[in-house]
Amino acid sequence: MSYGPRPWLQLHWDARAAANFILGGTGAGLTALAAFAPLGERLHQIAMLAGLALVAAGLASVWMEIGRKLRAVHVFFNPFTSWMTRESFAALALFAIGLSAVWTGTPLLYALASLAALGFVYCQGRILRASKGIPAWREPTVTWLVLWTAIGEGAGLLLAFVALAGSPIPAFAPGALGLAVVARALAWSVYRGRVESTLAPRARAALEPAGKQLYQLGAVAPLALLVFGGAVDAYASVAAALAGIFALATGWRFKFVLVVRASFNQGFALPRVPVRGGK
Amino acid sequence: MTRWAMVADLRRCVGCQTCTAACKHANATPPGVQWRRVLDMEVGEYPDVKRAFVPVGCMHCADPPCMHVCPSTATRKRADGIVTIDYDLCIGCAYCAVACPYQARYKTDQPSFAYGGAPMENEKETFDAMRLGVATKCTFCSDRIDAGLAKGLKPGIDPEATPACVNSCIAGALHFGDKEDPQSNVSKLLEDNEHFRMHEELGTDPGFYYLWDKAAKQGYGRGRSGG
Repeated sequence: MSYGPRPWLQLHWDARAAANFILGGTGAGLTALAAFAPLGERLHQIAMLAGLALVAAGLASVWMEIGRKLRAVHVFFNPFTSWMTRESFAALALFAIGLSAVWTGTPLLYALASLAALGFVYCQGRILRASKGIPAWREPTVTWLVLWTAIGEGAGLLLAFVALAGSPIPAFAPGALGLAVVARALAWSVYRGRVESTLAPRARAALEPAGKQLYQLGAVAPLALLVFGGAVDAYASVAAALAGIFALATGWRFKFVLVVRASFNQGFALPRVPVRGGK
Repeated sequence: MTRWAMVADLRRCVGCQTCTAACKHANATPPGVQWRRVLDMEVGEYPDVKRAFVPVGCMHCADPPCMHVCPSTATRKRADGIVTIDYDLCIGCAYCAVACPYQARYKTDQPSFAYGGAPMENEKETFDAMRLGVATKCTFCSDRIDAGLAKGLKPGIDPEATPACVNSCIAGALHFGDKEDPQSNVSKLLEDNEHFRMHEELGTDPGFYYLWDKAAKQGYGRGRSGG
């Protein structure tokens, strides 16, 4: 590790922390959309439980990273200013409501679980935004990028799941995926425009290909596949599954890069040089 | 009110790292952990290149991002402006470390010693298991300040009540005192010299000032911030 004035890559949050954003985001996105998907009771329950399991896996992953694992409960101590605490409370609410929804099958509980899931992923976006030491994270629009990435991943997973399960694809699912990937591409475009000038060259070099993939393979390709699937019935399921997988994989790669590869600090600056002698 | 602040005169710092060594000695930090370190910075393009030695560490911000993000409330700010970490509360999530724009925080998960696995005698005595797996950083030697104040001493003036790095500075580049006291050493230095603070644009209101020139007597006024 270099301690010079030039930005260097933070090493405090590694793949374990990234997994919380990846799995938690996908799980929350899936939960948020599954609540409104007319999937039939069994698929509904499976989608909701899968979403919750992904969120739990993400939290377990980040738990592996903390230094004092037996004190993890202290994460709930600062709801007043810490988005990490708020994320934890949102996760608690999500599990409580989500499991109740699966248990009772009440549509209202499914809708509330959806809200809790969106709240959870919003907190994740704010966690990054509050990290003032990392220029790629502190840009305010990162919150919306994280949110739409999660919804895109959730929609992708839902569509792929339904298609691969051989179930009839609900009419809303391709539309939801299309909308999500377009919104995600727009969010990336806005974020990129605002953050570009503040990034260290190596951070930009890491982020740019992942963002390009988010746009090309994560938005254009799924949209093309959805149109193709809509036009050719025989390939509708395959096209839907591929569209979902593309949306999911590009979102995961982007978040991994954002958290692990593009997380350079801003180093140190010397706005004035010392004036020695002559006075 | 008191606000303890540190002032580094960049015209005087020679980059000897004595403050770094003194800090390590006083606080028993493990290898790789430098609560006080001195950067060797080059500025400009050939042939107009200048070199400066810049002491850095925790800036004890008035609006510390590390405190706001801390989920466990382990990081707090005292009434006198010193930002502290409660090792009993900290869960070692390192959120504070990525929130700090000054890279002032460290987390050491395993014991480490200067000569490999076996600690030297002094390391045995100073080893503190409470610091494993939690965030650590410069404390402004708050224990020395508190003990000194209890004895009626003045931090920044009396060495016994002054941070170790300031005491050790061979060039008189580092100063410590109460910025809210207009008669204090640091207030006078800030009044008489042009100064800036690191990454002021982030709005953290750091308590660490860098002097870079004498204050202009006319025109720009005295002691203005150059950041």
